[in-house]
Amino acid sequence: MRRYLLLASTAALIAFASAASATTLDDVKKKGFVQCGVSQGLKGFSSPDDKGGWTGIDVDLCRAIAAAIFGDPEKVKFTPLSAKERFTALQSGEIDVLSRNTTWALSRDTALGFDFRGVIYYDGQGFMVRKSSGVKSAKDLDGASVCVLMGTSTSLTLADYFRSNNMKYEPITFEKDDEVVAAYESGRCDTYTTDRSGLYANRLTLKDPQENIVLPEIISKEPLGPVVRHGDNQWGDIVSWTLYTMLNAEELGLNSGNVAGMRESDNPEIRRVLGTEGKFGEGMGLSDDWAYNIIAKVGNYAEMFDRNVGKDSPLGIPRGLNALYTQGGIQYAPPIR
Amino acid sequence: MRTQAFWNDPRIRAWFFQILAVLVVGGFIAIIVTNTVDNLNALNVASGFGFLQHTAGFGISQTLIEYSESSSYGRAFLVALLNTLLVAGIGIFFATVVGFLVGIARLSPNWLVARLATVYIETFRNIPLLLQILFWYTAVLSNLPAPRNSLEIGSLLMNNRGLYLPAPVGEPGFGFVVAAFFIALLGIVFLRHWSQRRRIATGRGLPIMWPSLGLLFGLPLITFWLAGAPLHFEVPELRGFNFVGGLRAIPELLALVLALSIYTAAFIAEIVRSGIQAVSWGQSEAAQALGLRRTQILRLVVIPQALRVIIPPLTSQYLNLTKNSSLAAALAYPELASVFAGTVLNQTGQAIEVLTITMAVYLGLSLLTSAAMNFYNSRIALVER
Ligand SMILES: N[C@@H](CCC(=O)N[C@@H](CS)C(=O)NCC(=O)O)C(=O)O
Repeated sequence: MRRYLLLASTAALIAFASAASATTLDDVKKKGFVQCGVSQGLKGFSSPDDKGGWTGIDVDLCRAIAAAIFGDPEKVKFTPLSAKERFTALQSGEIDVLSRNTTWALSRDTALGFDFRGVIYYDGQGFMVRKSSGVKSAKDLDGASVCVLMGTSTSLTLADYFRSNNMKYEPITFEKDDEVVAAYESGRCDTYTTDRSGLYANRLTLKDPQENIVLPEIISKEPLGPVVRHGDNQWGDIVSWTLYTMLNAEELGLNSGNVAGMRESDNPEIRRVLGTEGKFGEGMGLSDDWAYNIIAKVGNYAEMFDRNVGKDSPLGIPRGLNALYTQGGIQYAPPIR
Repeated sequence: MRTQAFWNDPRIRAWFFQILAVLVVGGFIAIIVTNTVDNLNALNVASGFGFLQHTAGFGISQTLIEYSESSSYGRAFLVALLNTLLVAGIGIFFATVVGFLVGIARLSPNWLVARLATVYIETFRNIPLLLQILFWYTAVLSNLPAPRNSLEIGSLLMNNRGLYLPAPVGEPGFGFVVAAFFIALLGIVFLRHWSQRRRIATGRGLPIMWPSLGLLFGLPLITFWLAGAPLHFEVPELRGFNFVGGLRAIPELLALVLALSIYTAAFIAEIVRSGIQAVSWGQSEAAQALGLRRTQILRLVVIPQALRVIIPPLTSQYLNLTKNSSLAAALAYPELASVFAGTVLNQTGQAIEVLTITMAVYLGLSLLTSAAMNFYNSRIALVER
């Protein structure tokens, strides 16, 4: 019933919310924190620990937004959402920003009434199978039962992939990610499909991770990024430029350790980022040290990546596409000037 | 004589308040609708029912009608609706059968049988339905072996992908057998009618039980033999990951039907028991005095009167079962709430339209069920003279 309550309250919110409301930034400043929609638990992206704290790159982005606005990365509250619930929660105004490994795609950007504000992680969809099945390639999956999460781009890509390869499959669609994983583990499905980052993360939760392999095929583009409601450009700018600041900081060699000292730097680019030159926060309704706060309190992109999904985390995912463009990847942030 | 002021006239007052109420409610609705439309436009969210014609793009595991990823959202809606009706239909059937048996067993003079029935009722009525669904799904069905090591019981196959049976496939000429079956049914109706007339005329009916059964089975069987046995069975075969062919019930359907019917049967059993107990013992004694046999007493005296008490609450159990089928989302059974109010809502973002349709469907199903039961009830209700 809980889902219906959520849906019904959404409908009610859309029906009753006054059409001309204040800007999201004003709302956020008034209530004193950013309400951020995250997943119900995906290691490396947004996962709760037993003390109620959250970790992950999606979570860190929300902290960075809070740091930009309040100078305090803890002024954020997290709303865990299933894939199915996330869009209604954003539409209805229950959350200010959705940072929940969400794939940027046209229909979501337009018909759903949202704006995607950058790519925090370039991903692609893959398949996981049991080693014992002997399957070596996704092309061997004809006739398979496939476990998949409801309300994801995953289920659509899955359909496309089997259709274009003339293969049959049986989609077993669950509403919660842990149900999907449990069904795969119980043998209800031959394979489990989702973003490859999710496969690696969820493999760690299986009883015997070594008995499961991720197939080599990457069957889609999954640019994951933060989402805001369409129409409030100032708020969207804050979200975009928070992410860009973290990327620019990595490129400029700024990190949480050295940023305080760098305030004395005479490099004009660094001076602009740190707010010692120019007034770049003003255009977004923020103070001049907004970017400084992001870097000092949350870190640059590399720090965020390494501690959550990269080399310093149990996931150990290589930077790959997510390396800076100067290092063979495609992460490229517009300059702060 | 003082004339009454018009605002003191109760008729005018009544009208005034009625009109006021209509205006307030109407105005309220108008505000909600315009405000909703404004908000949706401000957010740039798509609206209207045009999405029903757009391509759905996702697959569904159980489809009773033709459906593919390139079908429309409207088609996906129909598929989901039929899946809801399927589980409700099968669930209602088994819940009724089990419920009547347990309800009668509870009144059995046999101590053990009556106790067992009580234990059944108290257990299943008091465990939350969602837990029961998950129990059947995760604790029972998902522990079945993988397809390669399926359990075989005769020609029935069981594995963690479901239950498989050979599917009967009619060959040309099988239509005659079907026709023979319907002719047999007609014959039985005629037989009953005739026997009734005889009894009214002569006071002595015809024995109709055995001739009816003979007709029901004999006629189609003889036709089947005459037509040269125009039927073969398609046996499910293991091909790759799964069995292909034959009749299949997916584990999600099995778990849902098991849980829904076992749970609802416990309530129906109590309804049946109270219905039977509501018929006073004097009725049975009187029937005995008239020389009716035990089965006749049950069939002709007790049950018809008990049904009057049973039908109304039974209806609401049927409605509950249908609505409870929406708990299926927890286990991937593709019914209305999960496919339409889940996947379709999420993909289109049109919460208001999708929820309106979904609510209208459940409401419609409920109204239809209660209309049918009311009709039946009015036919068997006591006609007072
Ligand atoms: N990127 C895809 C899939 C997102 C998704 O829901 N992924 C799953 C598995 S990677 C997930 O987030 N699970 C965690 C949860 O549901 O809390 C989309 O945007 O539709």
